[in-house]
Amino acid sequence: MSDRLTVSKTYKLYLGGAFPRSESGRTYPVTDARGRFLANAAQASRKDVREAVVAARAAFGKWSRATAYNRGQVLYRVAEMLEGRREQFCAEVAAGEGVPAKRAAALVDAAIDRWVWYAGWTDKVATVLGAANPVAGPYFSFSLPEPTGVVGVLAPQGSSLLGLVSVLAPVIATGNTAVVVTSQDRPLPAVTLAEVLATSDVPGGVVNVLTGHTAELAPWLAAHADVNAVDLVGAPQELRAELERAAAGSVKRVLRSAEPDWTAEPGITRLRAFLETKTVWHPMGV
Amino acid sequence: MSDVQTTAAPPEFADATRDDTALRRFLHGLPGVDQVGVEQRAAGLATRSIKKDSKLWAIDTAISMVDLTTLEGADTEGKVRSLCAKARRPDPDFPDVPQVGAVCVYPDMVATAVKALDGADIGIASVATAFPSGRSSLSIKLEDTRMAVEAGATEIDMVIDRGAFLSGKYMRVFEEIRAVKAACGSAHLKVILETGELATYDNVRRASWLALLAGGDFIKTSTGKVSPAATLPVTHVMLQAVHDWHAATGEHRGVKPAGGIRTTKDAIRYLVAVHEVAGPAWLDPHLFRFGASSLLNDLLMQRRTQLAGHYSGPDYVTVD
Amino acid sequence: MTWDYAPAPESRAIANLKPSYRMFLDGQFVEGGGEPLKSVNPATEEVLAEVSTASAADVDRAVKAARRAYDKVWGRMPGAERAKYIYRIARMIAERARELAVLESLDNGKPIKESRDVDVPTASAHFFYHAGWADKLDYAGYGPGPRPLGVAGQVIPWNFPLLMAAWKIAPALACGNTVVLKPAETTPLTALVLAEIIQQAELPPGVVNILPGAGDVGAELVNHPGVDKVAFTGSTEVGKVIQRSLAGTGKKLTLELGGKAANVVFDDAPLDQAVEGIVNGIFFNQGHVCCAGSRLLVQESVADELLAKLRTRVSTLRVGDPLDKNTDVGAINSGEQLARIKELVASGESEGAERWTSPCPVPEKGYFFAPTVFANVSQAMRIAREEIFGPVLSVLTFRTPDEAVAKANNTPYGLSAGIWTEKGSRILWMADRMRAGVVWANTFNRFDPTAPFGGYQESGFGREGGRAGLEAYLDV
Repeated sequence: MSDRLTVSKTYKLYLGGAFPRSESGRTYPVTDARGRFLANAAQASRKDVREAVVAARAAFGKWSRATAYNRGQVLYRVAEMLEGRREQFCAEVAAGEGVPAKRAAALVDAAIDRWVWYAGWTDKVATVLGAANPVAGPYFSFSLPEPTGVVGVLAPQGSSLLGLVSVLAPVIATGNTAVVVTSQDRPLPAVTLAEVLATSDVPGGVVNVLTGHTAELAPWLAAHADVNAVDLVGAPQELRAELERAAAGSVKRVLRSAEPDWTAEPGITRLRAFLETKTVWHPMGV
Repeated sequence: MSDVQTTAAPPEFADATRDDTALRRFLHGLPGVDQVGVEQRAAGLATRSIKKDSKLWAIDTAISMVDLTTLEGADTEGKVRSLCAKARRPDPDFPDVPQVGAVCVYPDMVATAVKALDGADIGIASVATAFPSGRSSLSIKLEDTRMAVEAGATEIDMVIDRGAFLSGKYMRVFEEIRAVKAACGSAHLKVILETGELATYDNVRRASWLALLAGGDFIKTSTGKVSPAATLPVTHVMLQAVHDWHAATGEHRGVKPAGGIRTTKDAIRYLVAVHEVAGPAWLDPHLFRFGASSLLNDLLMQRRTQLAGHYSGPDYVTVD
Repeated sequence: MTWDYAPAPESRAIANLKPSYRMFLDGQFVEGGGEPLKSVNPATEEVLAEVSTASAADVDRAVKAARRAYDKVWGRMPGAERAKYIYRIARMIAERARELAVLESLDNGKPIKESRDVDVPTASAHFFYHAGWADKLDYAGYGPGPRPLGVAGQVIPWNFPLLMAAWKIAPALACGNTVVLKPAETTPLTALVLAEIIQQAELPPGVVNILPGAGDVGAELVNHPGVDKVAFTGSTEVGKVIQRSLAGTGKKLTLELGGKAANVVFDDAPLDQAVEGIVNGIFFNQGHVCCAGSRLLVQESVADELLAKLRTRVSTLRVGDPLDKNTDVGAINSGEQLARIKELVASGESEGAERWTSPCPVPEKGYFFAPTVFANVSQAMRIAREEIFGPVLSVLTFRTPDEAVAKANNTPYGLSAGIWTEKGSRILWMADRMRAGVVWANTFNRFDPTAPFGGYQESGFGREGGRAGLEAYLDV
């Protein structure tokens, strides 16, 4: 036992590759599962949502056109970096979710493995979901999945790391960029994950992480006309219908599936949810 | 065909024919032709339904555009004479049937045709230039042409050197057409591209422009000796070429599909294409011809059907 | 020399037009409780037939019938058996193709050559294609034993009445759902003949119900609590209303909405075929096409040449009697739509675009609008942003590929796009950058049941056709 005072971390937002405080200057206290103070988190505002969407949109062009191989390597690199900071995540998950160390470690391991799973999907999803369409005419027609665009993610409230990774990784694996509103009460692993992302070759703006009050931020995200899709998995039940209505304003794609067992194999439902199918036709002639 | 006067390579295109490189650059700079697109357009226009008066008009117009043709090794003076008789009076029972545009024969039969058509306002077309393959020396081709012209041919149907064209020797083809044109004197020149050997619509468009630049009065699809001969989409490309030529120069040049057009239905499809691709001005025997032989009788039969209101039969039109 | 094609009308008698049509509910043709509507021939403004419409109670009965059919028969029927029913429908549409084509042209105003050569054969093909999926869903890539959703409430537009019904019904049935479909108010007739075919094909009662009516019937249907799945094709405005109204209900929704497609012509394009593609892109079906190529983006270096060719070509389009086999552009579907087109065209003129309208003769009676091309259009004008849904083309120019992409994508819509260039790598570069669900390169307005169709952004979500289209009707 050392008597040295530890240097504690300031938990900030992650916007466009930088770690700013909320433009509002607000913070809120985050406690562990038993109510003991852990840290102050930035309490993002609607203007932070706006900045995050701008950053995500700016990053979309390059990220969506990066080769699938490249995206796979970046996602795999996230797993590597996460592995390197495993102990820190174990501690944060254990504290935030109030689970025993062993359970926390299992959740962190699953989160690392989930990055690996999705890293491998980047360059397979087009093969699995794309098609050569045997049209009745002298044309070659093919269909390819393409990223939807900027995806607003309301991260699960309970599963602060594994749940978060399970909803974030499929969004960016296929080339979307994300604005994530973290678990309101358990935001710390998300901020630490942002630090991992920042050092894992994920280009700035591809993932933007907002901590704060979900009910305050979600309506702005759902209504933002430059957001193409939203994942409502972490939305409070009583807000869901309102968020869906807001999303209709710009015909957003809305993923509203109930929270699954995050430890189960995820399948490709979440990959599919934020993909468009583009069909291209060209005549065949000489 | 007196109202079409062709001068080779108008000033707009003087640069294009300056040298081999310029000519190649010009021809390869023409917009491409998308096969599927042009074939679809041709198929779409082919669904036009031409009925009643408009059909009768089309039949008479088509008759007046027929280059009644015999190009056989077995041709004789007798055969040519009877062809000419048919050309003068296509349907003896109906004197109001128009005469055909021309008869088309080999050079050695021109004199016979001239005699048989004496006094009639019917063109005498002769194939020349080592038809159909064109595989001979330029001097032979020119001699062939002069022979036909001297015998009285008013129209010369020459073949281009497809070998030279396909190997990219455009200037050689160009100069050969120019030379033949000169040998034609006042006779009109139809330039046979033999599209069946050119393989692509891009080549058809380039060959069309090459022939127009060189002074061809008509561009003609085929010799009739190579399959495929005339097709609707090929003719579309050529009609578009003369349309564009007119838009650029103000000159009208003609188109002649030849080979494989046997029925009235086919002929009307071609006329619809003439009407809607080149334009109404081309619905004129001076600007559009059919190279055909059996087509005429089908036109005559359909004409009788239109007038009588019941179907006619092959025994009611003369076989020559 | 003038050559006027004599009128060549398809016989109206082939349509077997009846004075009145009834809705199809639970396997029977019955009177609806709603105020009957009169379906009008837009080419003559005459009433074609009286059509019964559904009341709220009818919608309820239809949804319940569909539920019963789903629970008792269709939802548990082996896929191979469902397939055979759907194949039957495909065949019977083909058998009655000419009748359906003439009826469609009468009711909708589209030229017979289109209803005959596109709408009806493609509708039949759509059933034929999807029939084959019914017993192969395990192989569709959605995991083993994908389940249907239940009752599908479907609302379709008036621009392709029969074809849209096919696009909706065929995949729903193949996946094991039952259907309540509302055809458009102005074009209900062919859907009701399709109902007759469905009856003759002996589909179990309640599997397909067809309820004519106006928007209120559609609203009643999509909001009915017994509906598990809603599919809508129509305007973005109504699509948003539906998406909003379904919020929180858990119903699965797919939307195929409006568009303002860019048709991009580069200077190395096959120009004559590009002209054809432009004409087909905007004048096909009078421009009543959500994926119409309504914005022509042409590279400045060929703009003059292309526009000259385009005007020449558009001048040859024959506007008139939809039943005439030589008609290229038929009647605008309704007086209301015609008024909207005129209003937008007037805005184009007042905003300073240069209008050119084909000098073609236009019938005095009926709803017609001559093909119109606006040059010198800028992105800010309404005619460059709003869906006109009529035979009106807006022409803009660009200088570089990047500018073309920027202008093409500068719209909240994203349904389709066209690219014309002979350079292969540029086609793929452009296709990659177009934010649109369907990209036609060196062609336009091609449709096939095997090729997924649907939009990005405000053009809707979900796909119709192909393997991807099945997702809309499966619980996956």
